Amino acid sequence: MKGQRTGKPARHALALVWLSVLGLSMPAASAPASADGGAPSARLVSVDGAITEIVYALGAEDRLVGVDTTSKYPPAAEALASVGYKRSLSAEGVLSLQPDLVLATDDAGPPEVLRQIDAAGVQVEQVPDEPTIEGLHSKIDTVARLLGRASEGKALRGRIDAELDRLSRQIRPAGDPPRVLFLLHTGAGNDLAAGRDSVADTVIRLAGGENVLHDAFSGYKPLGPEAALVGAPQVILVTKRNLDGLGGIDGLLRHASLSATPAGSARRVVAMDGPLLLAFGPRLATAVAELAAHLGTAP
Amino acid sequence: MSSAALGVRGAAAIFRHHSLQRLSLIGLGTLTVCVALLSIAIGPVTIPVADVLRVIGGLLGLPVAEVPPQYEAVILNIRLPRTLLGLLVGASLAIAGASLQGLFRNPLADPGLIGVSAGAALAAVSVIVLGSSGLTFLTGALGAFSLPLAAFAGGLVTTMLVYRLASADGRTSVTTLLLAGIAINALCGAGTGLLTYLADDQQLRTLTFWSMGSLGGATWAAVGSTAVLIAIPLLSLPLLARTLNALLLGEAEAGHLGIAVQRMQRVIVALTALAVGAAVAVSGIIGFVGLVVPHLLRLALGPDHRFLLPGAALLGGSLLLLADLFARTVVTPAELPIGIVTALLGGPFFLALLMRWRRHAL
Repeated sequence: MKGQRTGKPARHALALVWLSVLGLSMPAASAPASADGGAPSARLVSVDGAITEIVYALGAEDRLVGVDTTSKYPPAAEALASVGYKRSLSAEGVLSLQPDLVLATDDAGPPEVLRQIDAAGVQVEQVPDEPTIEGLHSKIDTVARLLGRASEGKALRGRIDAELDRLSRQIRPAGDPPRVLFLLHTGAGNDLAAGRDSVADTVIRLAGGENVLHDAFSGYKPLGPEAALVGAPQVILVTKRNLDGLGGIDGLLRHASLSATPAGSARRVVAMDGPLLLAFGPRLATAVAELAAHLGTAP
Repeated sequence: MSSAALGVRGAAAIFRHHSLQRLSLIGLGTLTVCVALLSIAIGPVTIPVADVLRVIGGLLGLPVAEVPPQYEAVILNIRLPRTLLGLLVGASLAIAGASLQGLFRNPLADPGLIGVSAGAALAAVSVIVLGSSGLTFLTGALGAFSLPLAAFAGGLVTTMLVYRLASADGRTSVTTLLLAGIAINALCGAGTGLLTYLADDQQLRTLTFWSMGSLGGATWAAVGSTAVLIAIPLLSLPLLARTLNALLLGEAEAGHLGIAVQRMQRVIVALTALAVGAAVAVSGIIGFVGLVVPHLLRLALGPDHRFLLPGAALLGGSLLLLADLFARTVVTPAELPIGIVTALLGGPFFLALLMRWRRHAL
């Protein structure tokens, strides 16, 4: 197995020869460099759900040897080695996967650990993580460039933009946009709600809705019982897993603060697949279309 | 039976007793070296023992064959600083625990239980969150040392507070001690929670690490600044062993033996706060080391602080390294927070201790 431990392109090529000669069953390591870019990075660890989705969308999944716990889609990604939560990585753990490239968002860490991985001769690239369409563009561009698949990246961007464009022309709310409250991990005593600058906020806006907490705060913050009432949401948005854990809509509306809202009295609770709603990756348009259908803003 | 015979037999007993303790200290020293070598040799990246020995040999200036650069990087930049930091933090927490237990004349005094760690963490979190706004004068003046020094100050304030609350007329009440600890833990937890709420995303990232403790941030720079701060209590607390022994008899008795009781108590409080503060600043809250280690040693070696304190430092370092070895290899390539491992080991131990106590009380 010695030939696999490589840091340099030249030695990696040697490793590939060895692997093919020996016929070892290591498909992840035997990915050839792509045709159009001459990318040196063969073994890749992705530390972000959206980056993992982009890698798959670019057709470079055979290079992935490890992902973080936020990488939940496609299901095949969950079968890869897990390097843990993106903010508490282990330097040696990541190095033990013998990667040539670690792709992470700028909120990954701890920073010392990323510096140690870098010091061990592994390329570490951090991409800004912004829940905006521009942010998604630059994420796709960076990942595509690093994987030597710039043209595939451009095509992916174009596809997403076209879908979003088509949706934005379809989405026309009748009257005021529906007021939506997104709750993350609700019911476990730590109800986090989405404010502005969050993925949920952007997806709600793109789907023709209005985040009731857009002006209240930035990011995700605990929500007081009465704050939900003040916001007067017409729709409560949660993840499917969260709603199932609470025992369905009845379980969610057992909280007095939620049942007294307009959404609660009309029982308008929308549950969406968490990884789809929150990844903010190549499936953004799919998430927007699904939410718009639930909100009734699109035909 | 003549008194001379008694004296001879007593001296022989003392000699035998102490020789056991000396042997134990040598044994603990050997254990520490072995565990440190294990910690350098084992990790998620599989490195052949021969290469590990070559890197260590190279460090010692021996002429050795070349080692693959990545192995060298893993050992020199990741495992070695982490091992040294583990030794420092473990030794520091254990010796602080042993000294606090002596000072309070109470086996339940643990930096985590009585709120010293929580106080240190609150101060450190304040520096992280307010360092760029409300506390700029502090971070500007102290630079890289502002975090450990703030943690020290936080630990010092809580230790003094607990000591004031729990001691009256030279006696320490166990109940008041633990209740004061609960109250201070709750207060500091609330303060930390409030700051977490105020923190932005960037700061939250740094805070995550505090909640359960980790040696993952071990860099040579961190080892250096921690070593400077921890060296002070680690070297001076064993020099106060006789004072702590005298304090075990009671404050009045210690005073009769010619010890400046009040002053020495303050010195010990400050030194333990420095030990805990520096450890918390670099590794977050790691519980139970300060409780379990001195206990094990007291059971084996008796209460003499001349052996207890250096023994606690050695055993504390080794135990924390073993816990860290477990934490970083069991879910590889991810890693468990080490605080979870020490709590899993220490929790049952603490319960057993409480049950023993109950039997004695009845």
